[in-house]
Amino acid sequence: MSAGCNTPSARARFLPWAPLLTLAIMVGPVVAGLLGTVAPAFGYMPALGGDGISLNAFTMLFDWPGITRASVLSVTTGIVATGLSLLLVALICAAWSGSHAFRIIERMLSPLLSVPHAAAAFGLAFLIAPSGWIARATSPWLTGWDRPPDLLILQDPYGLSLIAGLVVKEVPFLLLMTLAALTQIRTSQARDTALALGYAPVTAWFKTVFPRVYAQIRLPVFAVLAFSMTVVDVSLILGPTTPPTLAVQILRWMNDPDLSQRFLGSAAAVWQLTLVIGALILWRLGEIGVGHMGRRWVASGRRGGATRSFKAVSLTAAILSASAIVFGILGLLVWSFAGLWSFPDLLPGAFTAKTWMRHAMNLWPIITETLIIASIATLVALLLTIACLEAEERHGLRPGSWALWLLYVPLIVPQIAFLTGLQTLAIYTGIDGNRTAVIAVHIIFVLPYVFLSLADPFRAWDARYGHVARALGAGCNGVLWRVRLPMLLRPILTAAAVGFAVSIGQFLPTLLAGAGRVQTLTTEAVALASGGDRRVISVYALSQTALALLPFALALFLPAIVWRNRKGLRHA
Amino acid sequence: MPDPGLTLDHVMIRRDGRTLVDISDYVAPGEVLTVMGPSGSGKSTLLSYIIGTLAPAFEAKGRVVLNDTDITNLAPEQRHVGILFQDELLFPHLSVGENLAFGLRASVKCRIERGRQIAAALEDIGLGGFSDRDPETLSGGQKARVALMRMLLSAPKALLLDEPFSRLDTERRDQVRSLVFDQARAKGLPVLLVTHDHADAEAAGGRVHRLD
Repeated sequence: MSAGCNTPSARARFLPWAPLLTLAIMVGPVVAGLLGTVAPAFGYMPALGGDGISLNAFTMLFDWPGITRASVLSVTTGIVATGLSLLLVALICAAWSGSHAFRIIERMLSPLLSVPHAAAAFGLAFLIAPSGWIARATSPWLTGWDRPPDLLILQDPYGLSLIAGLVVKEVPFLLLMTLAALTQIRTSQARDTALALGYAPVTAWFKTVFPRVYAQIRLPVFAVLAFSMTVVDVSLILGPTTPPTLAVQILRWMNDPDLSQRFLGSAAAVWQLTLVIGALILWRLGEIGVGHMGRRWVASGRRGGATRSFKAVSLTAAILSASAIVFGILGLLVWSFAGLWSFPDLLPGAFTAKTWMRHAMNLWPIITETLIIASIATLVALLLTIACLEAEERHGLRPGSWALWLLYVPLIVPQIAFLTGLQTLAIYTGIDGNRTAVIAVHIIFVLPYVFLSLADPFRAWDARYGHVARALGAGCNGVLWRVRLPMLLRPILTAAAVGFAVSIGQFLPTLLAGAGRVQTLTTEAVALASGGDRRVISVYALSQTALALLPFALALFLPAIVWRNRKGLRHA
Repeated sequence: MPDPGLTLDHVMIRRDGRTLVDISDYVAPGEVLTVMGPSGSGKSTLLSYIIGTLAPAFEAKGRVVLNDTDITNLAPEQRHVGILFQDELLFPHLSVGENLAFGLRASVKCRIERGRQIAAALEDIGLGGFSDRDPETLSGGQKARVALMRMLLSAPKALLLDEPFSRLDTERRDQVRSLVFDQARAKGLPVLLVTHDHADAEAAGGRVHRLD
């Protein structure tokens, strides 16, 4: 607590307003966007001749033949992907936490996390497709195929490949959140006590640690559920097509040249939001149900067992999940350099840089655009985050749990539900279709991640360093710039890398705020999906991945170089 | 109060309605006042109040007067009160010399003169030539001496010690303890020591105020 910075002169300046400003930047557009969605959904949109209130758009929506399937798909993919990811993360932690293998898993997290959703989805698609690597590796000796089989593996009507694509990306995210929660609660004591009472390790973890961990990761789980139900880019790559998931269909309606379709699109976005709220309520009820069963399970005093099976199953699942990304990226790499590659050869007959050369010229301006957007969005988010955290400290603001909820608002309210509304509002304000609009919208999503990443290390900093510096004659700003921020260089760079990767991965915000005129690697890569040219897709998806990974590498090496003679900061 | 020195004028600190500290005392230049009490008794809280970094959760009243100046409402950096904690808290991102430079008053402007004073200060504490060292590579006793010197270079008018010797082994503890008290006496600084260690209190040799 650096009290004493709370002087009237400092109070008058910007800092105390930082939290409010940040909230306004983050939550304001969500609220405005929702209004911009709800109004046309009920027929009110004067610019397109909708003056009255009516339910026509909803009637049209429920007359659309695909509505039942699309709705069911949204709910099932969301709940199944979230449930599977959570189960896998819990099993890995229960069976392996504290072990050597667990530390390896921990180290792989950041790179896996930073791979953009679209790139991971493309990688997975090229693995599991009928002509993908897995089929090639097992043909013809195992499968007997000498040409790609006529199977609908990708974009299957049940959304299974979509679920797989979501799980491989959500597992690292939930695992990271769980690790953060684990460091906050002293878990090893509870677990060791249970072990001493004769409980098997996995059972001990689920009975003593999991309930407390889950309470801490509930919001991230909600975010995963809402995201999985409404994701657009992964769904365009891996999801079913006739009909597509609801979110994809909404995007089609919103982009229809016939502007009257926007009423239908808005109604569908409201319906999508209703589905998400319904699924969240359902999940909450499920939590209560599982909680009851869990309590009875604890009371039963059963010690559990089968440790070895749990370890084997969870590790296999973790390896599968990580390999899907790693081999997916490797596959992209091979495809991007592939010459002629006939089935069922495991590798191309020849390697060539032709695809890269041919697209280098187109690639550069897009890479530059992507970098500019990500850099500015990240910088703004970082400055606001530091201002918020410093204000919290100087003015003794105690962020309540409501603040954490607000932070998650942009992550839980589906993008498709409020971005469409923002797009509609942009018709009036005319601010869409340029880089500034895209950056502004990116900030909404970059901010929560940067804040979540930096808040813990910032708050955990030993305030006595600040007291010593003050007693030595440094002012509040001197402490911040000369002591606190340099000492926090590593977490600050990590937070920046997270923000950068988030910005790089944004598809829908870029597409809608940019009105299709601002091209980033993500929008271009996803746009190529329907064309099906694997070599070109690989070039774009790899460039996207490289751009997202680069800042993580910097965050790792820069502090190591700058503080190479400072042992005290090596693990800070 | 015409005397130079540190005056605590009816200082009372409360938290959640419970009184933690209630003290009224005067420490003359060169004198050591020891405040003793078990952990949680508010010893460190009193020091936070005097240096001006008390958390807002506490309610405090009473004046702190240093050399005839009421410093109760000054910003911490304007109080000229030096403090040493149990941990040395050398800034890990700065070298030993840079740590001392952080403390050295900015009124010494000339870069060469600043370098000279820092080199001399390092000689004084037997660490000549350590300027470029990483503070993390020093031994506990060396760190303690750097922390002391960093504070003295800021030209404090009073000295607060928050159990600064408890982390050192017995042999070093005596050395560092006498170094600190000698310097304080030589510079005529009023010293307030909080500790739960009777040996510290005896070595300080001054009056003892007990909190409970």
